[in-house]
Amino acid sequence: MWDYTDKVKDYFLNPRNVGQIDDANAVGEVGSLACGDALKLMLKVDANEVITDAKFQTFGCASAIASSSALTEMVKGKSLAEAAKITNEDIANFLGGLPKEKMHCSVMGREALEAAIANYRGILLPKAEGEVVCECFGVTDVEIRRAIEESHLRTVEEITNFTKAGGGCGKCHDRLRELLAESAKQGPKAKIIPLRAAPRRLTNIQKIKLIEEVFEREVRPTLRKDGGDIELIDVDGDTVIVSLRGACGSCAKSRTTLKEYVEKRLREQVLDTLTVEDDRP
Amino acid sequence: MSAVIYLDNNATTRVAPEVVEVMLPYFSELYGNPSSMHTFGGQVGEAIIRARTRIAGLLGADPEELIFTSCGTESDSTAILSAIRANPGKRHLITTRVEHPAVKNLAENLQAFTGHKYRVTQLGVDGEGQLDLAEYERAFAEDTALVSVMWANNETGVLFPVLEMAEIARSRGVLFHTDAVQAVGKVPINLQESAIDFLAMSGHKLHAPKGVGVLYVKKGTPFTPFLIGGHQEKGRRGGTENAAAVIGLGKACELAAARMTLENTRVRLLRDKLEQGLLAAIPNSLRNGHPANRLPNTSNISFEYVEGEAILLHLNAFGVCASSGSACTSGSLEPSHVMRAMGVPFTAAHGSIRFSLSSYNTEDEIDFVLAHLPPIIEKLRGMSPFWHNRPQGV
Repeated sequence: MWDYTDKVKDYFLNPRNVGQIDDANAVGEVGSLACGDALKLMLKVDANEVITDAKFQTFGCASAIASSSALTEMVKGKSLAEAAKITNEDIANFLGGLPKEKMHCSVMGREALEAAIANYRGILLPKAEGEVVCECFGVTDVEIRRAIEESHLRTVEEITNFTKAGGGCGKCHDRLRELLAESAKQGPKAKIIPLRAAPRRLTNIQKIKLIEEVFEREVRPTLRKDGGDIELIDVDGDTVIVSLRGACGSCAKSRTTLKEYVEKRLREQVLDTLTVEDDRP
Repeated sequence: MSAVIYLDNNATTRVAPEVVEVMLPYFSELYGNPSSMHTFGGQVGEAIIRARTRIAGLLGADPEELIFTSCGTESDSTAILSAIRANPGKRHLITTRVEHPAVKNLAENLQAFTGHKYRVTQLGVDGEGQLDLAEYERAFAEDTALVSVMWANNETGVLFPVLEMAEIARSRGVLFHTDAVQAVGKVPINLQESAIDFLAMSGHKLHAPKGVGVLYVKKGTPFTPFLIGGHQEKGRRGGTENAAAVIGLGKACELAAARMTLENTRVRLLRDKLEQGLLAAIPNSLRNGHPANRLPNTSNISFEYVEGEAILLHLNAFGVCASSGSACTSGSLEPSHVMRAMGVPFTAAHGSIRFSLSSYNTEDEIDFVLAHLPPIIEKLRGMSPFWHNRPQGV
């Protein structure tokens, strides 16, 4: 049982500002089904750049819902410039604190807010920049360095609590320790410079999102004509694990369908290094 | 309606009042050491012998074949490490992807900490959580030391064909261990007629207290103790016996034997009423696990597009206790390894809820959950961005 404050429980059981704003002009979406939490933040910003309304939709645990709701309460009435200063710590503090394992929920709030402001200003956030350190959750070194600096993180466990990086297979723990050591050497005020200009690559979350889009747009409608369907089970590096459902599941040609059709479409439209595998070979 | 509706009996169970009653004297006036030479301690030893006989009765074992431990995990560790020590040249284990951490993590650590000198084959399961016996037969290697397969899965209740699997292992000269923590008391077991070499059970899953477990070791099976110390348990497990808990477990096993039919009739009917009611009332809900081949008390249901912890905390506000395979409830950030092994899609894995009943549950309690859970799911879906964007018309 998590040690949630009364305010977290209240904001979870009676969330404020759930819903949609049809004419929102600043929308930020972060997270995914695969990660277990996601937030869509919708803001109405007036001509003076003041946030006049804020609503949210969240898929996630109690602290994710409470953090989202808290964020909407915090930004209402603020100017975009003021809102941009809100940190994940501010969100957690508003709620009287979050269990340390749940700090990533407040980080999700801050990221959605940033994304919404960028959306209002028509800027693309450089999320894919940097080196993907945690393959499981698609977290880059840029995000990790920022979390280390902003929240004064000292251990791998703390990085996981704040960013989720390292919370899956654990293979990146050595790299996380290196990042902690680098940050300690540079001191808290040091400017963060990416180690190298890494080639543009997709994080796991971006891959999942793009794959789902291709499935929805092209693959599912085609398969459904034959009484079949497809589910995305997992993405492990460049391996996309799927499950063929309905008529496809028992079809002798399912392997051909996967390789000749699904894989080809994904390579064309997402990443040319992807391979598709059935979850039950 | 009582304050708590307890539907989490695969996590732990209420200690039966009859069990509490037989234990109480051993916390107060009957405090002697069962190993002592005097009658005062000796009477405790005699009560332990009676308990051992009752437990052996439920398992279809000889009382001499039972070793008392502190928990199911200790029983699993003892069995697996003993089998490995008995086969120094053999460095391969067969287990499953859906084992309890007591077996899964031990096997994985064994592999990692020996620099991969030990190899572990984890058998997969299908979409209904069932093993493939052909895959099992293919998994044996020249140097397979042990097979460890759970009798019933704790998350889905799915039963594995351990009797048949043990016969196959025996025909290949390989030891067979089963973690039967969830099965004992719910399915009939007769170990003497089986080829099972080791079986682990835990007291607190069948209305005995926490802190006591049993390891069955078939007569003639090579055995090395895990806890080395005094002569207790004939030198097979050092440490003064947890007398009160052992005596309580004896009573609990007697009750379980008497209630076995009840588990498979009344409890099963309540479970089915709950499951069918929820599946009918809530769209986009799916049962996880084979419908028939599973424990009579367990139901695992995924509610798509919502997250398990949020469901549990809403249920908690009504005093309803259940558990979830979602990432958030474990703090591990990833959904349950059982749901992943079964290929449950992301849309459903994070929203899986396990209800596990006992003979103490009533129909009123099930009706209460049937009335209160559908609005909770509706409320959470109302705020989920994925629910609004879900694929339609499938």
